[in-house]
Amino acid sequence: MSRWPSGIEKHGRSAGPSIGAMDITIHTSVLPHDDPDASLAFYRDVLGFEVRGDVGQGRMRWITVGPAGQPGTSILLAPPAADPGITENERRTIAEMMAKGTYGWILLASRDLDGTFGKVQGSGAEVVQEPTEQPYGIRDCAFRDPAGNLIRIQEVR
Amino acid sequence: MCHPSWARARAEAQRLSDLARLRRVRDRIDREYARPLDVVALARGVGMAAGQLGREFRLAYGDSPYGYLTARRIERAAAFLRCGALGVAEARLAVGCPSPAAFDARFTELVGMPPAEYRRRVRRAVGPVRIREAPATEPQLA
Repeated sequence: MSRWPSGIEKHGRSAGPSIGAMDITIHTSVLPHDDPDASLAFYRDVLGFEVRGDVGQGRMRWITVGPAGQPGTSILLAPPAADPGITENERRTIAEMMAKGTYGWILLASRDLDGTFGKVQGSGAEVVQEPTEQPYGIRDCAFRDPAGNLIRIQEVR
Repeated sequence: MCHPSWARARAEAQRLSDLARLRRVRDRIDREYARPLDVVALARGVGMAAGQLGREFRLAYGDSPYGYLTARRIERAAAFLRCGALGVAEARLAVGCPSPAAFDARFTELVGMPPAEYRRRVRRAVGPVRIREAPATEPQLA
């Protein structure tokens, strides 16, 4: 009963029922936009992502994008504070945090960090950090998307 | 006459655009922390007066532009020292701090000990860190 169909049993320190491998993937991450067309242009034309969905209208648009060849991983560009449970003050705070660049962020990766950096920089995107060797063992660069989200791209090596 | 809600919307749009301008200053500090930067130049870059930038930046981020810049420099210098590839003076110059006294004082304030002591302690704590820049003759831990 404590085994999943894979038959894998974990040997943890816990004496309780083992937790086998679960079939869960990281499917969609959400980033806010404040100008859907500008965000769409950035992810499609600058990062080269394919557009997998685009619903709604005006500022209320939900746009799904993702890298070609990786249908299992998407980013949903969504209107911020669309949840009706968010108060007016909270909505204003979210908008301000997006504008000052302290709200949304995501970590991407590329095998060709320098080539990717050059292309994104060449598009006129706001550069936050040139490719840099970090003391914690990665090499990465950073940009802003049009909504002020921080986009970090690290080198796959 | 404008409807009051339009005026409110316009004021809010203005506020967001001001905040986005401050974000560009902060990102520029992150990007160019090792270069000589001063508040006047940072302000000029986004078409603001230096005093206005100082006030608004502090309101938005809780620190002055110069305080933020120094914190980034010290943080980066501490990272260099943790790697063990650079000495204190090299790390200081690599992050764009010309004055040893000012660097030592701010480092001590932010990290809790002077840079030389920090370098000794973190290196003893972690042993030789084998990163790409480390000399090939570094003794191997086995």
